[in-house]
Amino acid sequence: MACNSGNCQSNCHQNEQVAENDSIPTPTTGSNDGGHQQQQGVCLKCKVSPPISSGSGGGGTGDEARFCADCFRANLFGKFRLAVTSHAMITPSDNVLVAFSGGVASRVALQFVHEMQQRAQKNYEASKDRSLPVFGVGVAFVDESSVCSISKDGVEEAIQEMKSTVSKLAPPVKQFHVVSSASLYSSGSSDEKDRLKKLIGAVDDVTGKDDLLMHLRMWALQKVASENGYTKLVLGLCTSRIACHVIAATVKGQGYSLSADIQYVDARWEVPVVLPLRDCTTQELSILCRIDGLKPSQLVNDLPSGINGLISSFVRLLQEENPSRESTIVRTAGKLTPFHFNRVPEINDSNVPLATIRRQKRYNLKPQESISSESFCPICNSPVIDSNSPSWGSPKTCQFTEFASSCCSSCQFQILPQDQLSMKEFCSLLPERLVARSKPKYNGNLDMLREQIQDCLLSDSDGET
Amino acid sequence: MEEGNKIPKSASSRLCCRCNERKPALKRPKTLEQICRKCFYEVFEEEIHQVIVGNQLFKAGERVAIGASGGKDSTVLAYVMSELNRRHNYGLDLFLLSVDEGITGYRDDSLETVKRNEVQYGLPLKIVSYKELYGWTMDEIVKVIGLKNNCTFCGVFRRQALDRGAAYLKVDKLVTGHNADDIAETVLLNILRGDVARLSRCTSITTGEDGPIPRCKPFKYTYEKEIVIYPCSYCKNLNQNHTYAYFKKLDYFSTECIYSPNAYRGFAREFIKDLERIRPRAIVDIIKSGENFRISTSTKMPEQGTCERCGYISSQKWCKACVLLEGLNRGLPKLGIGRSRGLENGNGNRKDMEQNGDVRSIESKQCGSLDF
Repeated sequence: MACNSGNCQSNCHQNEQVAENDSIPTPTTGSNDGGHQQQQGVCLKCKVSPPISSGSGGGGTGDEARFCADCFRANLFGKFRLAVTSHAMITPSDNVLVAFSGGVASRVALQFVHEMQQRAQKNYEASKDRSLPVFGVGVAFVDESSVCSISKDGVEEAIQEMKSTVSKLAPPVKQFHVVSSASLYSSGSSDEKDRLKKLIGAVDDVTGKDDLLMHLRMWALQKVASENGYTKLVLGLCTSRIACHVIAATVKGQGYSLSADIQYVDARWEVPVVLPLRDCTTQELSILCRIDGLKPSQLVNDLPSGINGLISSFVRLLQEENPSRESTIVRTAGKLTPFHFNRVPEINDSNVPLATIRRQKRYNLKPQESISSESFCPICNSPVIDSNSPSWGSPKTCQFTEFASSCCSSCQFQILPQDQLSMKEFCSLLPERLVARSKPKYNGNLDMLREQIQDCLLSDSDGET
Repeated sequence: MEEGNKIPKSASSRLCCRCNERKPALKRPKTLEQICRKCFYEVFEEEIHQVIVGNQLFKAGERVAIGASGGKDSTVLAYVMSELNRRHNYGLDLFLLSVDEGITGYRDDSLETVKRNEVQYGLPLKIVSYKELYGWTMDEIVKVIGLKNNCTFCGVFRRQALDRGAAYLKVDKLVTGHNADDIAETVLLNILRGDVARLSRCTSITTGEDGPIPRCKPFKYTYEKEIVIYPCSYCKNLNQNHTYAYFKKLDYFSTECIYSPNAYRGFAREFIKDLERIRPRAIVDIIKSGENFRISTSTKMPEQGTCERCGYISSQKWCKACVLLEGLNRGLPKLGIGRSRGLENGNGNRKDMEQNGDVRSIESKQCGSLDF
C-alpha cells in the first residue's frame, strides 16, 4: 500500500478497494489486504473465485463470506480425511456401515465416505498389482415410526428417497439396510413393535424416553452391523451435537463417562464406532449441503423435548452470542482423560499396509492406566464408576435389583421405574440381550472361583451358586 | 413442566412425608416431597450437619470466620452455623467477617444488616474495607474504569480482603455461603470457557488448603431456593423473593449489586433455573459430574510464590491485586486486564499514535520519493 493518494501519477498498483472489478489481486499487496478482500468479494484461500455468499444479497457472514464453494468443500473434506487417516478409522480391509438418519451431518458423512471409496476404487483399478483392496460401504437407517409421531406414509416416502439416494452413490454399490429398534427383541416374537411401545410407555420421564430411544437406536445399529459383517460404524456426530452431549452428560450426572463418548474412536462396542465429522459444525455441514445440493430428509424434524430440548436451545443461544462456543465446549471436554477403549483396536491384518499400522500406533492414545476391567451399564453402555459389589448367591427375587444396581445412576433415575413391582415388568419389556448384559460377569467369576477352590470344598451343596 | 413425580405415593399423601403427623406446608425444592414447616427446618439443618461432619470440615477448638455480606446465603449460614455449633458441640469460635467495597446504595445498606446480625447471633464482627486496604472504593474505581471490567477488580480485591481480615482475626478457616446453584453455575461456566484446571478444583468443598486460609462451603449441596424458604414461615409463592422473615426472625438484605452487568454467569444461571423446573435433582447431578470428571492430575497448575510488593500468595512476580492497584494509581486502568501485551494504555496509546502518524506520513509521500 505504497500509494494512498489518488493523485499519484505513476503506474503503481492501486489500492484494492478502488479496483472492485479486478479479479486478480497483486501478490505484493496480498498479505495486508485480508480484511479488505472480505468486503470486496474474493475467496481468502484461492483468491480467485467469489465467496459463497456473494450474489445472494451479500448477507452471508463467517465462512460463507470468506471462502468460495470449492475451497469450502475442500476445507471440510480435509477435516474429514485428517480425522480418518490420523485415527486409522477406515482401512482397506474394513467394511464400513454409515448410520444414516437423513439429517445434514449423516448426509455429508455418507457423501464423504463415498468419495473416499471412489478414490480408493480408482487407485485400485489404476494400480498394476491391485495390492490394496477397496473398503466396503453400507448404509443403515433406523426406523422408529412405531414409537414416534410420524405417519407411516411419511416414513415410507422418506425410506424410498433414501434408497434412491444410496443407489445413486454407485459405483461402488452400497447395501441399504432399514432396521427397526423393535428388531432387538429375539426373532420369533410377533409382538415386537407392541413390546417396544409398551417399553417406551413404561418410562415416566420425558428425557428418559428420549434417551432410551437413543440407546436402543445404537443397539439396533450394532445388531445390523455385526449381523452383516461390518467392521466399523460411522456416525455423523458433529461438533454441535457433541457440545450438546457434553452439557447433557454433565446435567445428568454422567461426568465420569463423558470422555468415553466424545472421542474420535469408541471401541467398547462390538463394532467400533468412529466419528469422522467430529471437527465440523452443523452450520458448516448445512452450508455444504446447500451448495452441493445434498437434500436432507424431512423426517429429522422432531424437536427434542425435556432436558435435551432445553440444552439444544441453550447451546444455540450461546452460539449466537459467540460463534466459536461449540468448539470451545468440545475442546474443553476433549481435555478430559479418555478411556482405554477410545482407540482403534490394533490391526493384525496382513492385508493392511504397513504405513497404516505405523500411523495407527503413532496416534493411538497412550493409556493413562492399565487396562482396568470397567463395568458398563447394560442400557447405555457407559462405564460405571464404583459399581456395586455383586450379591453372591442371590435368590431369584433379587435379580431385578441386581440388574438395576448394575445400571449407571442416570439410567437408574430417568429410565428405570422406582418401585420393585414395576421393575419386574420393566425388565420383562426390555430386549433380552440388554438384560443379559448385566449377568455374565458375576456368574463367570463365580464359576471360575469355584473351580479354583473346588478341591477345598467339603460340602457338595449348591448353596453358594 | 415437571416430569413424572418420582416419589412413591404413600397411603396418607395428605400428611407430611417425614413425620406423618402434620399437614404439609410446602413441597421441598430439592426432592419435591411434601413436608411440614418443622420437618423442613429439621431436615435442612440436619443435611448441613451431615455435610459438615461427613467431610470433616472442622476440628474442635478452631476459630472460624463466616464471610458475611448481609445477603440471604451468608445470613442463613451465620444462623445455621451458630445453631449447629451449639446443638452438636462443634466447639468452634465463630466470627463474622464482612467486606465493605464502598458501593453506595448497596453495600452500605447490607452492612447495616450484618451489624444487626452481630447483635442477633452474638458473633463478633470485623469489617474490612477496600478504602482501608487499597485506598480505593468500588465507586471510585468505577468512575475511573467504567462498567466493563469492574467485576474483575471487585473479585480480586475481595479475595485478598477476606484473607487479610481472616489473618487479622487469627482464624483457622473461612466459610462462605456458596450454595449448590453457585457451584453448578461455576461448573458449567468452566466448561463453556475452557478452563479445565479450574474445573478440577471448583467442586471441592474445601479449597486453598495450601494457601493462607482454607475456605469451606458447607452449603455445597443446599439449594438456593431452600435457603430462600428457610427464613420464611409462610411460603405461598416460591417464586417471590422474600425480604421479610417471619418465624426464624432472620432478616437479610436482598438486592443485586448495582454494578452487576450482563455477566456471563447470567447465561448459566438462567439455564439452571430452567433446568431446576424440569428436574430439580439436576443441580446436584451437575456437581456430581464435576466431581467425577476424569481430569489428569498432571494438568499444569500454576507455581506458588509470593508477591514482591505485598507478600500475598501469588504465581507471578506481583499478585493480581497489586497489578490492578498499580494500574489504578498510575492512571492506567487497563493494566492487568486481558492478556498481557505490555503497557497498552496511557503511554502505550501515545506510542501507537506516533507509529500511526509515521505510517501516515509514509503513505502521504508520493511514490518514488521514499527515502530508504
